[in-house]
Amino acid sequence: MSQLLELTAAQAASRIAAGELTAEEYLATYADAAAGDDLNAYLWNRGPDDEGQAATGGNGETPIRGVPVAIKDLFCTEGVPTTAGSRILEGYRPPYTATAVRRLDAAGAQLLGKTNMDEFGMGSSNENSGYGAVRNPWDAKRVPGGSSGGSAAAVAGRLAPCAIGTDTGGSIRQPASLCGIVGLKPTYGAISRYGMIAFASSLDQCGTLTRDVTDAALLLGAMEGRDPCDSTSVGIEGGVERPTREDLSGLSFGVPRELSAEAEGIEAGVAAAFERALGTIRELGGEVDECELPNCAHGLSAYYVIAPAEASANLARYDGVRFGLRSDGDGDLVDMYERTRDLGFGAEVKRRIMLGTYALSSGYYDAYYGRAQRVRTRIVEDFAGAFERFDFLVTPTSPTVAFELGARTADPLAMYLSDYCTVPMSLAGIPAISIPAGLAEPDGGGPELPVGLQIAAPAFAESPLLAAAYAIERGIGFEALPAGVVGA
Amino acid sequence: MSLPEGYEAVIGLEIHVQLSTRTKMFCGCALSFGDEPNVHTCPICLAHPGSLPVVNEKAVRYGLQIGLALGCEIAPRSIFHRKNYFYPDNPKGYQISQYDIPLASAGRLAGVRIHRVHLEEDAAKMIHLGESGRIHGSASSLVDFNRGGTPLVEIVTEPDLRDAAQAREWAQLLRTTVKQLGVSDVNMEEGSLRCDANVSIRRAGDEELGTKTELKNMNSFRFLERGIEAELERQGAVVEAGDQVAQETFHFDPRTGSLTPLRSKEYAHDYRYFPEPDLVPLAPTEEMLREARSALPELPDERRHRYETELGVPEVTARQLAFDAELGEYFERAVQAASDSGAADVHAGAIANWVTGELIARLRESGDGEAGPGSSKVSPEALARLVDMVETKQVTTGAARKVLAALVDQGGDPAEIVEREGLGQMSDEGELEAIVERAIEAEPAAAEKVRSGNPKAIGPIVGAVMRETKGRADGGDVTRLIQEKLGAG
Repeated sequence: MSQLLELTAAQAASRIAAGELTAEEYLATYADAAAGDDLNAYLWNRGPDDEGQAATGGNGETPIRGVPVAIKDLFCTEGVPTTAGSRILEGYRPPYTATAVRRLDAAGAQLLGKTNMDEFGMGSSNENSGYGAVRNPWDAKRVPGGSSGGSAAAVAGRLAPCAIGTDTGGSIRQPASLCGIVGLKPTYGAISRYGMIAFASSLDQCGTLTRDVTDAALLLGAMEGRDPCDSTSVGIEGGVERPTREDLSGLSFGVPRELSAEAEGIEAGVAAAFERALGTIRELGGEVDECELPNCAHGLSAYYVIAPAEASANLARYDGVRFGLRSDGDGDLVDMYERTRDLGFGAEVKRRIMLGTYALSSGYYDAYYGRAQRVRTRIVEDFAGAFERFDFLVTPTSPTVAFELGARTADPLAMYLSDYCTVPMSLAGIPAISIPAGLAEPDGGGPELPVGLQIAAPAFAESPLLAAAYAIERGIGFEALPAGVVGA
Repeated sequence: MSLPEGYEAVIGLEIHVQLSTRTKMFCGCALSFGDEPNVHTCPICLAHPGSLPVVNEKAVRYGLQIGLALGCEIAPRSIFHRKNYFYPDNPKGYQISQYDIPLASAGRLAGVRIHRVHLEEDAAKMIHLGESGRIHGSASSLVDFNRGGTPLVEIVTEPDLRDAAQAREWAQLLRTTVKQLGVSDVNMEEGSLRCDANVSIRRAGDEELGTKTELKNMNSFRFLERGIEAELERQGAVVEAGDQVAQETFHFDPRTGSLTPLRSKEYAHDYRYFPEPDLVPLAPTEEMLREARSALPELPDERRHRYETELGVPEVTARQLAFDAELGEYFERAVQAASDSGAADVHAGAIANWVTGELIARLRESGDGEAGPGSSKVSPEALARLVDMVETKQVTTGAARKVLAALVDQGGDPAEIVEREGLGQMSDEGELEAIVERAIEAEPAAAEKVRSGNPKAIGPIVGAVMRETKGRADGGDVTRLIQEKLGAG
């Protein structure tokens, strides 16, 4: 039975479609595996009594029918606890289900569980969860990355065949990189945000965490599309093609200096793995050349104004009045607000609410929020210019491999640097994927850990992006698995 | 109202109009008034995590109609902002409103400039338990989210109004204008029309505006006028005492008719506006603009203008008819009837005077004043016929009043009433002369005074003639005949 855990979602789905495997058996296998979660990857698991949550989609042919999917706990699921990793939503059972989850359901996928995450998506290590840190399956002393750390650890640790997450500044790509799996952040607007608990609305995007590029394409294909409930959703014209490309001839890859060799804090092992990946791209017939994205050096600064500003408004609704945690004080309304929010929110969330509130305050708006938006516009222009020359841009996903639990918790700025290479794509709203590019030791020594290669494409060029990523994935041939997991 | 010598009032209004769309501004919940609390709610208008707003297209169309009716320019691309504040009536912690680029701006209504017209959502309704009826001092407060998310149009004027009565009259005109568009119930008691006033005073002739105060919660036109009057009085006293008016917000208490300042905590907000990332810019299509334009009825101010210029109605009467939709409708039907009857002259000015004068007064006397002429027994055709009879001297004005009273009582055809009651005007000069002579004989003392040069003494003789003729004689003819007989005049 445990050999089922070695299958990709696409492989399992085709066995189910061929009648060689039942959806029930496949789900039971993963329900067992998830029940033995020793990574703290899940916040809620589907139990034997949760049959009501089984797939309800029709019987038509879909490439993911019968596949269990782990859902980041930022997606509302009707009647199923949804916390956004925050104590302030402890016990909250939403009255409705997010569009992305409904679409998976309609495609015949099954809800496997809700995964742990940094509170409201704010973090790069999963240590900001209100329900305890997630451990990296490659080394339990290390972080899985964040904020979709639970989803990444579950997929890497064979506790889920695939998962969905959200990416605001790197929250899918960075944990995928640190856990040695594939993480796709689609174009802003490709997948509906309806029912996805908001962190920074102009940046948040639903995406996938999977074993391979094909699974990413299949999940994206099931979820993408315009949703009348999300005015900013547009879908991907022409849908998503299943990737089959074998070489990269005729394709050009730009390497932005600012986000590779010159990026802050790039580890030697990461740089070496990245260089090897560039070699693979060349071997596959791709052209590789250096380029510049001069404003991307300011990406992180702009991001840490815009995202907290939006968050400060998005998180105002957690006031103890209508749902979630409530702490009555001495009877005064303001006191109740303050106690509830003090108890319910963690330190990083409070920090960002403060930052964001300040950035929007009368007299500071232009200097902070206004200026950050101008930087964002420049970054968009940088990418537009680069894509006139190149089909794709490639960078390391994370400057470092997985770091140890606690290593950056005392230094928020060091933590923020984890997203140095991923934030610019989020600001530009363009799609980017992280695929495993090999293993490397951290600076200063330690076990060999996964390194991620980030590939970015112009808006809504998901199909060409996935095709190129598929070719590179095969060229790299990453087969390593965390010790202790099935098949390792 | 007494401002200090040489001072003038400067008043601007901020009007909120609840649109009568089927559903709320950003979700599919039905609009309602008076339903059980919290039955028209959903994850969106309760601000559940992950929910997103979607703009109500009908509300945009209604907003465009209001903007066009107020002569505004429509923004080709307007955007929504988040207006942040914590309060239990505001479940998201921010209100979605428009800020630097409103739907419409730079309009004008009856000489008052419109600064802007924008779309937003209403807050939920709070009910404060206890004596004060306000959040401070109440034992507890309840929130009804049925109202939360109702589409609102906010209309902001420039400070072009100069006294309280003018502000009231203009607000009533605005109400009629919006009512005629059919986009809102505009009922002040139910809160579908709400009016705040910004009030300041300054030396007449000054360009610069004085410090303004804001008046809230005046939930009738009468209270609006009274609130502004009270505030002007107060500011006048402050200035006369040599002090400066402070920027404050006042809450009008309809029970006492007085203004109480809100605690600064209640209004000293930094709203931290920023563009709403959940919504795309609002760009009305050509089709939407065309539809909004073609849906515009004739508006009160245009109607007043037409009454004056085309129908020759005097300004005050024209205004009265045009700014009261029902009255205007009745008047128009009467004019139409007169025109359809083929009479030589429509006498629109006279019809206007009869509608706004005699008819309203008579209906009020009979206790039907509230119902209005449209639902009275006096058909517009009957009134037109009656006016025509007066103007062509078939009946005297006095007799016509009697006919009108009969019409108010039981309806019918004025010509028949005249016939039945014998109220037709006397056209036989010989008959009238005989009656006049008898009256002079009956009032010798008065006759003597008139002969000796006191024309005012003619009254008792005229009275006697009118009694005799039961008002069928024309007053002018009677006076002339008496004077001739007495060798006076």
